[in-house]
Amino acid sequence: MTPSRLQLEHIVKSFPGVLAVQDVSLEAYPGEILALAGENGAGKSTLMNILSGSFPADSGKIWLDGVEVNITSPRRAQELGIAMIHQELALIPQMTVAQNIFLGREPRLAAGLLVDTKKMVIQAQALIDQLGLDFPVTALISDLSIAQRQMVEIAKAISFQSRVIILDEPTSALSERESDILFALMRSLREQGVTLIYISHRMEEIFNLSDRVAVMRDGQLVGVTPTKDLTIQTVVQMMVGRELKDFFPKKQAEIGDVILDARELRSGKRVRDVSFSLRRGEIVGLAGLVGSGRTEVARILFGADPLDHGEIKLAGRIVHLHSPEEAIRLGIGLVTEDRKAQGLFLGQSVRSNASVLLFEKLAQLGFILYSKVDAWMRGAVTQLTIRTPNLEQKVRNLSGGNQQKVIIARWLAVNPQVLILDEPTRGIDVASKAEIHTLMSELAAKGMAILMISSELPEILGVSDRILVMREGRLMAEFSRAEASQDRIMQAATGQLAAG
Amino acid sequence: MKQTILNFTRANSGLVILFLLAIPLTLLSPDFLTGNNLLTVALQVSMIAITAIGMTFALITGGVDLSVGSVAALAGALAAGLATRSGLGTYPAMLLALAAAAAVGLVNAAMIVWGRIPPFVATLATMAAARGLTLVYTQGKPISGLDEQFTFWASELGKIPVPIFVLVFVALVTYVILHRSLFGNYIFAVGGGEETSRLAGISPAKVKFGVYVISALCAGLTGLLLTARLWSAQPNSGTGLELDAIAASVLGGASLSGGAGSVVGAVTGTFIVGILSNGLNLLEVPSYNQQVIKGLVFIVAVVLDYVMKQRLK
Repeated sequence: MTPSRLQLEHIVKSFPGVLAVQDVSLEAYPGEILALAGENGAGKSTLMNILSGSFPADSGKIWLDGVEVNITSPRRAQELGIAMIHQELALIPQMTVAQNIFLGREPRLAAGLLVDTKKMVIQAQALIDQLGLDFPVTALISDLSIAQRQMVEIAKAISFQSRVIILDEPTSALSERESDILFALMRSLREQGVTLIYISHRMEEIFNLSDRVAVMRDGQLVGVTPTKDLTIQTVVQMMVGRELKDFFPKKQAEIGDVILDARELRSGKRVRDVSFSLRRGEIVGLAGLVGSGRTEVARILFGADPLDHGEIKLAGRIVHLHSPEEAIRLGIGLVTEDRKAQGLFLGQSVRSNASVLLFEKLAQLGFILYSKVDAWMRGAVTQLTIRTPNLEQKVRNLSGGNQQKVIIARWLAVNPQVLILDEPTRGIDVASKAEIHTLMSELAAKGMAILMISSELPEILGVSDRILVMREGRLMAEFSRAEASQDRIMQAATGQLAAG
Repeated sequence: MKQTILNFTRANSGLVILFLLAIPLTLLSPDFLTGNNLLTVALQVSMIAITAIGMTFALITGGVDLSVGSVAALAGALAAGLATRSGLGTYPAMLLALAAAAAVGLVNAAMIVWGRIPPFVATLATMAAARGLTLVYTQGKPISGLDEQFTFWASELGKIPVPIFVLVFVALVTYVILHRSLFGNYIFAVGGGEETSRLAGISPAKVKFGVYVISALCAGLTGLLLTARLWSAQPNSGTGLELDAIAASVLGGASLSGGAGSVVGAVTGTFIVGILSNGLNLLEVPSYNQQVIKGLVFIVAVVLDYVMKQRLK
């Protein structure tokens, strides 16, 4: 057996009130992709943050290529050849691609005091070319798409000549095509002997890519198994510690009248002549690559972006949506794509976050009746199984899945006729995902029309009654649940299918 | 190439506004575009511009330095007092005064970095304290009796006032620091993303110490020039300097949320304000009305800047 590249021995890390990592020992080898699976809060990110020097372990040893190392800082980790690509993209938006790639180790001039910008640009360009990417290295990060920013992150990691590259959910913001480019890159790095540790919630990706899967639960390592000896079911069971019967619980709801009818929606170059309708009790999946105009359609329906042309009918009446405020009053809700930036007041309590729309409804003469708010809140927490110690808890401290439930609770308070969910389960653990899907089914069964945008095809296929596919601002195809398949959706999304 | 032009225009939108302002003034007043008038403007703005450059450093990190006006007064008073009363000689006195300014910068940084006090609050405190120290040291009275070595710094060389040379020198040095050096790169990095910078092995603490010391040194230098120009140290000099400096930096493209700003912007921003005052004086607009116009121009300039940046996206 080859000697291990990386060896973790009895790693322990606790935070106030939580034992985040409990006595984890793990080995990784040169030229392998090790997947690290587990629900949110299982300790994966904490373990990887220890490895990349973000904070020290309380106890335990780390060996790199047979040498015991003491990873005291992110810089030390970089020097040792351990690079981590963080879940929240760690790039500086106001700086260029080249500046970001070489941040902290710029080529220097004049006794090391000045930055050799020319050399930096040339080196960065060489790296970008090597990866087959096509944006200028002098572009500002803020001008790049999320996917391109992700690629910059990877270029940055590769530029370190890293021996170990940790990727924390790298594909959560990528379209399938972009993910494929990333996977090709990961495989070629594996050929070169690099050790890749890969955190993901997407089972298909784990099974496509990895050589072994390590599963964590509640801060402990449950097991490490060669991928070929595993099935998705067994991994999920190891993660949740119980059997999860149905990946996508789908209740058949009775589908009613058309509630929302959009005709020839047009907005700039991002949305071109999009027409579709939603019925009561129906879950419609909106698929397409990142940047295909899906989010823009959602924002138009929610009154957040202006409409250049077209009309929207709600329950048969033409409506003009100039602001989210009007859309909400008319019974349209939007669960935004970016939970942290657009969905939540991170520093505020679960109560404030969930009841922000309820206040107006329950207020009398401008005063909020907190007793009523709390009574409603307790009901919502139970109904949605929001796991929080109390209503005072800051939303920042909840897991991704529970944060998303808080946002959904907010909408339930006003009981909209149409609820739009943009990537509702991105970065959320398997169990919470299933709960959110169940909830969507239940809401539809009560007569709500749901439009769900998702980049995960299994989710689209598993949850939707009907599927719309967008590409470059246009609606390319519409499939019924029975007609749809991953291949057909991808063909429409990538333009291999004529518009129908 | 296209990218380079785009980035340049974005970073230097202040220059565009400056030209937009100069055109009508040239047409309306024959005295505007003359060498003498422009030198007058340059002298008036040079001191504020030096402070604005330092302020820009603080703004780029996402901070602010409200203590600059008080630091200018403190440095001016110490230099004048040490030179005349204590008989230290002009240059040692000036150097000590700058050291005192730097010390205030260190205190600011220490509160911000170690005390985790927001920059607005920390520098508000030193703004009051440094002003108080100045009043204590001067006993509230001007310190005069400066020698020629001191007043030389407000005299003319050829026909050009010395403070303009000082501004050019400061601008060149700070330009290299901010836009060419490693440290400058890290200032932008910290302002654009503190955690990212930390993870890239940059020390945000060191960067902030550097930034607040630079801001305080610039303010101190402004104080010395103000003192030289008035032939005396005034305990109340530099009042309101922080607001002029912030306004100039923002007009020059600095962002209060950090990550953006430039030396050229700070200087052009100050010139925008200076040229506007000068133009309004030449056009004989009453000074009360001038205040209102300045406020409106400030709003228009900031909105214009925002619109241009959006367009360029």
